[in-house]
Amino acid sequence: MDFSLSSEQREIQDLAYKFAKNEMIPVAHEYDEQGKFPTEIFKKAWELGLLNTCIPAEYGGSGFSAVDGVLICEALAYGCMGMNSSFMANDLALLPIVIGGNDAQKKKFLTPFTEEFKIASFCLTEPGNGSDAGGIKTTIKDGGDHWIINGEKMWITNAGYANLFVVYGTIDVNLKHKGISAIVVDPKSPGIEVGKKEDKMGHRASDTRGVRFNNVKVAKENMLGKPGEGWAIAMATLDHSRPLVASSALGGSQHALDLSIKYSKERNQFGVAIAKHQAVQFMIAEMGMKVACARLLVHKAAWMCDQGERNTEIASYAKAFASDSCMQITTDAVQIYGGYGYSREYPVEKLMRDAKLLQIYEGTSQIQRLVMARELLK
Amino acid sequence: MNIFVCVKQVPDTETKITPTSDGSFIETASIKWIMNPYDEFAVEQALLIKQANPAANVSVVRVGSVKDTEALRTAMAMGADDAFLVEAADNLDSYSIAKALKGAIEKSGKKPDLVLAGKQAIDDDALQVPQILAEMMNLPSVSVIVGFELNGTTVKAKREVEGGALEVYEVATPCVFATNKGLNTPRYASLPGIMKAKKKPMVQLSLADVGVSDADRRVKYSQFRLPPEKPAGKKFDATDAAKQKEIVAQVVGLLRTEAKII
Amino acid sequence: MANVLVFTELHDGHVKPVTLEILGKLAGQTADVAVIGDVSAEQVALLAKNGAQNVHKLKGANLDKYSPEGYANALAEFIKSKNYDYVFGGATSMGKDLLPRLATKFDAGLASDVVNFVFEGGSFAGTRPLFAGKCLAKVELTGPKPHFISIRPNALGMTANPTAGAGTAADVNANAGTIRATIKEIIKAASTKVDLTEANIIVTGGRAMKNAENFKILNDMADVIGATVGASRAAVDSGFAPHAMQVGQTGKTVAPSLYIACGVSGAIQHLAGMRTSKVIVAINTDPDAPIFTKADYGIVGDLFTIVPIMTEEFKKLLGR
Repeated sequence: MDFSLSSEQREIQDLAYKFAKNEMIPVAHEYDEQGKFPTEIFKKAWELGLLNTCIPAEYGGSGFSAVDGVLICEALAYGCMGMNSSFMANDLALLPIVIGGNDAQKKKFLTPFTEEFKIASFCLTEPGNGSDAGGIKTTIKDGGDHWIINGEKMWITNAGYANLFVVYGTIDVNLKHKGISAIVVDPKSPGIEVGKKEDKMGHRASDTRGVRFNNVKVAKENMLGKPGEGWAIAMATLDHSRPLVASSALGGSQHALDLSIKYSKERNQFGVAIAKHQAVQFMIAEMGMKVACARLLVHKAAWMCDQGERNTEIASYAKAFASDSCMQITTDAVQIYGGYGYSREYPVEKLMRDAKLLQIYEGTSQIQRLVMARELLK
Repeated sequence: MNIFVCVKQVPDTETKITPTSDGSFIETASIKWIMNPYDEFAVEQALLIKQANPAANVSVVRVGSVKDTEALRTAMAMGADDAFLVEAADNLDSYSIAKALKGAIEKSGKKPDLVLAGKQAIDDDALQVPQILAEMMNLPSVSVIVGFELNGTTVKAKREVEGGALEVYEVATPCVFATNKGLNTPRYASLPGIMKAKKKPMVQLSLADVGVSDADRRVKYSQFRLPPEKPAGKKFDATDAAKQKEIVAQVVGLLRTEAKII
Repeated sequence: MANVLVFTELHDGHVKPVTLEILGKLAGQTADVAVIGDVSAEQVALLAKNGAQNVHKLKGANLDKYSPEGYANALAEFIKSKNYDYVFGGATSMGKDLLPRLATKFDAGLASDVVNFVFEGGSFAGTRPLFAGKCLAKVELTGPKPHFISIRPNALGMTANPTAGAGTAADVNANAGTIRATIKEIIKAASTKVDLTEANIIVTGGRAMKNAENFKILNDMADVIGATVGASRAAVDSGFAPHAMQVGQTGKTVAPSLYIACGVSGAIQHLAGMRTSKVIVAINTDPDAPIFTKADYGIVGDLFTIVPIMTEEFKKLLGR
């Protein structure tokens, strides 16, 4: 058994943390306040090879393992959970192609992401279907030599900037899960209407919009797998994406912990640093314990991916535990900062706002528990 | 063109420094090592020269412990071509280090056209190695440079001196340059760069290989200790107009005599 | 008793003060001074008053301006003709550049940036900061002589009543030898201020500045001491200064050698941005202002009267 990272992994981690500290943290407040999309930082991260870690080496990627991917994602989320949502959305959108695409599709859709800076969106959620992903209403109909998409998607990350959509729809609503299909769509296709940017509580630097598909024609060869295989692709994707999302919660938690340690040593009350007060010590101990547990779960879930082992149960533990912990840790960080913590002048209230979304997107904490129970009771 | 960049591995700037209980050095067990920040400017300058002269070869040379080779790997991940590591303790003095660097450069078999190094390492802050190395190699040197222009075999370098004035030197290669902040913006080591660096050659040498022994030590350090705690501040009441001038003069005087700052 | 040479630099014809600090501290040893070029009788007298026995004026071709090789060659030739145990110099821009090269001409060691020293049984034993001042260590020299030492300016301080030396001045024929790196031009320091994050001295105004125009008195002081002007968040929010000037948690984090806070109360977010400054001076009318808890030197008083007086005092001190 070996818990240590390879020297190469430590270098990757150092680079990603250096990037987070030098390029992201100094401007995170400004991007959050103005709800500004981080195009420049996004591009810089791409230039350094920090993005699209899921693309295999044979299609131009760096050939990262899932463990490498979560190390990078944790560091970038440390820099800004909101910006990282945008970065991570690229992987979430490209993963179905990595998992369900054929060789030609991978060459056509993945390789360009390694050659130039591009943005992708994953279009699954609909106004009426969030957790109940199986109840998708968007239709993909056979139009002869092409597919025709109709429907509406909601909360689509990067939608206003994307060069590629991966859209989930159904070939027949009555088939339920068995009708669900995944298809790659050019966002510039006629009939696509991208809505206005959502005004969100947190993750304000990331771009979130609704997307409407009105008789959008898509080439036949853009379907990933066979019609009706979308659900299987989506489920396999989740096993890879959950450790990733969990690692972003871990990054946010680590940041809140680091800030809390620093501040509690600086802030004096009753004549001593508040870190000397047991009430504060206990909160910090709790934070440290949760960060350590979350990290073990995240690394194990990613490692199982790399071993080709089915990780559904552990990945759900990781996602739920890391994001629930992140919410608790960032809330306690605000508590430790006291009045200052509640002020936008200080960084912790942003962490608390950002943390909330992690319990909601990519399978809510409640859905994760359903998955866990199903795995445990089967 | 052969460019040699001398780098040192130093404790991360955020490291808490703790002297060992016998005062012989500092505790190094839990230190996170980084490339000396001033050396990053030297590496970057070498890579900028290489960009303009693709045939140039950039070698990085380091003297120090082999437990962690962070600094050399970072330099190669940034784009340096090869590396030479002379195994030594982390508390060698400047003379021994310079002699070892000279030996390693000779061992490379390549004739240096340019030698670059940070103006100082942020561990012993001695500001000596580049100049000693230049003297040992019988090369000219320009230290604390914030500007560098290479035209053929002539370099125009701007050296920063007290008060921010600049001395503009003109010198023919080969020459040693000691780099300062402001010279350039060091690039990040990219992830593909990190992957490529693994395959780049790193030659490991011993001090004996480069002709350095204990007899080469010139500066001995001992009694490492923390500086005395900062005393509580002094507060002067200058609300009385008659005393203001005297009090301000006193404080300004203290800034020189006590705080030694002005 | 050790035989010591102190190399002095000239600035506008005056010996640099660090030379006098070194001479004062060398009381009890035999100390000569070497200078490159000419030095006035008045300056020789000053060196003598502080303990110089002989003042050697090294004169020769190509020594009219500094070059590391020319100066090192000339000094090495001179030192070889004498029998010095130690050679001292200031850890100035020139000293830091020159002395390592000069020492290596003798295969000798150099203890650099020493802040204090004694002679223990005739041998030099110094103290110097390492790791950016995070710790101190004893420094000693070994190997071929002479041993070289550079002293950080202002560290030793002036000796109140130095023992005078003979102060015999004589010219020495010096040889600059081959100079490969030469100064073609000197560019005077630009008047543009260094950025807050890099500034060595910062003067900051708070809400008590009352308006933007009043920052003039801070600018005046800053010009005298070569400082960059900053502002507290309260001053920025009140529109007295642009955000680029803000020091503090959401502004810039700074760590200058000297930080002068004028009319800054010292809210925790401000303190977080400047608490690692080496020396902090605070001027405030409120004796209970939190800034005083961090200040090395606190002046309770109205900044509008204190700051102009301070500017004048700095002018006097710096001879500007």
